[in-house]
Amino acid sequence: MQSTKRKPFPFHIVVFLFPAAAIYTLFMAYPLLDSLRLSFFDQNVSGAPVFVGFQNFQTLFGTPQWSGHFWNALQNNFVFFSIHMLVQNPVALLLATLLTAKRLRGRAIYRTLIFAPTTLSVVIVGFVWSLILNPSWGIFDNILTGLGLGSLIQPWLGVPGTSLVAVSLMSVWQWVGLPMVLFMAALVGISDDLIEAARVDGASAFTVFTRIKLPLILPTVGIVGVLTFVGNFNAFDLIYATQGALGAPNYGTDILGTFFYRTFYGFQLQPGNPTMGTTIAAVMFVIILGGVLLYLFGWQRRIARMQGLS
Amino acid sequence: MQKMITRRHVITLAAIAALMFMALSQAHVKAAANVTLVIESWRTGDEAVWDTIIANFNKVHPEITVKFQPTKPDQYNGALSAKLSSGTAGDLITCRPFTLSLNMFKAGQLADLTKLPGLENFSTFAKHAWSTLDDKSTFCVPMASVLHGFIYNKDYFDAHGFTEPKTYEEFLTLLEKIKAEGSMTPLALGVKDGWAETSMGLDNIGPNFWGGQDGNNGLLAGTRQYNDKGFLAAFDALSKWTPYLGKGFEAETYSDSQNLFTSGKAAIFPAGSWEISGFEQSASFKMGAFKAPPPASASKCYVSNEIDIALGLNAASKNADAAKTFLSYVAGQEFETAYSQGLPGFFPLGNYKITLSDPLANTFLGWTQECGSTLRSSYLLPSPPNGTTDVETDLWNNLALMLSGKQTAQQTADTIQKNMAGWFKPDASMSATAAATMAATPK
Repeated sequence: MQSTKRKPFPFHIVVFLFPAAAIYTLFMAYPLLDSLRLSFFDQNVSGAPVFVGFQNFQTLFGTPQWSGHFWNALQNNFVFFSIHMLVQNPVALLLATLLTAKRLRGRAIYRTLIFAPTTLSVVIVGFVWSLILNPSWGIFDNILTGLGLGSLIQPWLGVPGTSLVAVSLMSVWQWVGLPMVLFMAALVGISDDLIEAARVDGASAFTVFTRIKLPLILPTVGIVGVLTFVGNFNAFDLIYATQGALGAPNYGTDILGTFFYRTFYGFQLQPGNPTMGTTIAAVMFVIILGGVLLYLFGWQRRIARMQGLS
Repeated sequence: MQKMITRRHVITLAAIAALMFMALSQAHVKAAANVTLVIESWRTGDEAVWDTIIANFNKVHPEITVKFQPTKPDQYNGALSAKLSSGTAGDLITCRPFTLSLNMFKAGQLADLTKLPGLENFSTFAKHAWSTLDDKSTFCVPMASVLHGFIYNKDYFDAHGFTEPKTYEEFLTLLEKIKAEGSMTPLALGVKDGWAETSMGLDNIGPNFWGGQDGNNGLLAGTRQYNDKGFLAAFDALSKWTPYLGKGFEAETYSDSQNLFTSGKAAIFPAGSWEISGFEQSASFKMGAFKAPPPASASKCYVSNEIDIALGLNAASKNADAAKTFLSYVAGQEFETAYSQGLPGFFPLGNYKITLSDPLANTFLGWTQECGSTLRSSYLLPSPPNGTTDVETDLWNNLALMLSGKQTAQQTADTIQKNMAGWFKPDASMSATAAATMAATPK
């Protein structure tokens, strides 16, 4: 006899989800929504919030004192992100491919060494690199002189032309281990049969990589890309540690994170402005949300369709 | 099977409960008699001085425990305002000068201390940075001022027969000689952090060019501009430093400069007097100091005497009475002596006769008798509304650009003036009060 009874509501799922959902709501979702709410307020003289609608956003985009800093920070942020996409992720992919090669001795040692900076505190990374690049006693300039490239020496972290690139590359050095590990996990998962079959058909190692491996790890490439995007547009700590809250020199390394920090908490003689700070945070949220949506609909769906077909 | 509750158990439990109750009530009595005050400060290296001061204070007031709880200097302002608005700040607040503290007073975060016993020992000049613009209400007890000048490597000067410059022209000649001699960088100054070339550069040498406090008052009243004669001359004088700065000075931080000087790689350190104790500990050579040299044409010299640090009362403090007792002590001679002796380079502000045992600190203190005292102009200006960039921060960035050769003195001064004019409304009355205050200057 067939049972007409419906399946009981899966209460155990609710029970298991509850702790995580509660903590996430309390410490992530609620503060985020509340700071979005605050961006629609201004403070009166005594510090009490007053609802002003979109006025803060008008101020941010409409007055030169604000919009100048904002567009500069956004542009720097795009440069910061581009350097990660163009250097960090390709290098990570290359390293992952090399480290998953069949005949490689000391794989674990390389992997650990390359991953190690990721586990370091950003303050240590910033300090060590500032010392290496220090114009008075840094070893980087000695290395350049030793290679006969002494004429290229710059005060790397002190001039607008090089400081942003230098800080971005520090960050790349620190974080390259993370995408590398993700790529390695994906590469290891590729069935040996496919690669052997390609080899039998006479494909070179390069062809195997471009025609077999890369297409199969495209979902991971997408995830790494979107993680880089989110991480970079939320970045703050390394710039703050090496270049200060002003993004020296002359806002040359100022990104959205430092711009937000300065505005929200104040800096030196400039008093903090929490409502404008949250306005900047809201814009950052919109930018990141836009990027993630683009990834979801532009990349992941297409990948899913492609894989569904194959 | 349940255990029987015997009479012995009951007695033991009752005894434990009674003991706990006694312990608790005792703790309660103790807390009522003993008050703990917490001092918020940005002075992270000063624990030793405060230990002495608090020990002295506790000889008179053993019932008040005082805890010194500093935050990193660059995080202090932000951390403090967050703590004040969330109600977790300490009872005693170390006050930054001028606008920041004034805003905190206006917002009701700092208590009014105008009637505090002990405050009568301070001149209006000393209290000016922590009073309302009309000088009627004071909200922090002045602790110390710092002076600007140049500290130099005396061993090196003596070895090459260099002497302290008397005029700005002599100063530039001296820099040229040191550069020609070649074994040392003439000036230990980098522009990476921004404030170094502003506080120790422009605010150090500038007052001699713009006429000290008169120039500052002119800025406040709108009769003087950053790009007019005197101020422009100061920018121009500073821009002459570029050839004498260290290799890669664009990326040289303040602590790099300190290390360059104390390790004997640079001859002159454009300094604030707060460096004295640190330098005396880490430098292995003899040091001397000369004041900012005025141009040969100037008739009067000025020294940047920055009233810098004070102590106020958190308006939300639950221990206001005990805190006021401590603040009155801070206003007294015993505190002032212990503080300026413990921290050579921080000079007392009260009307007391205090002799310093540190020779370098005494050299600095002597300048206040020869020259007029003046404050940093950008600190006197109000903060821009709405949290946009203030003049001080603008100076940091633009002076760095000027010294790196990216813009001329004229362009720099024009930029500063243009940005400031965007929000600053000159106020003649403000400057009249300030002028009256300065006329009453004892130093």
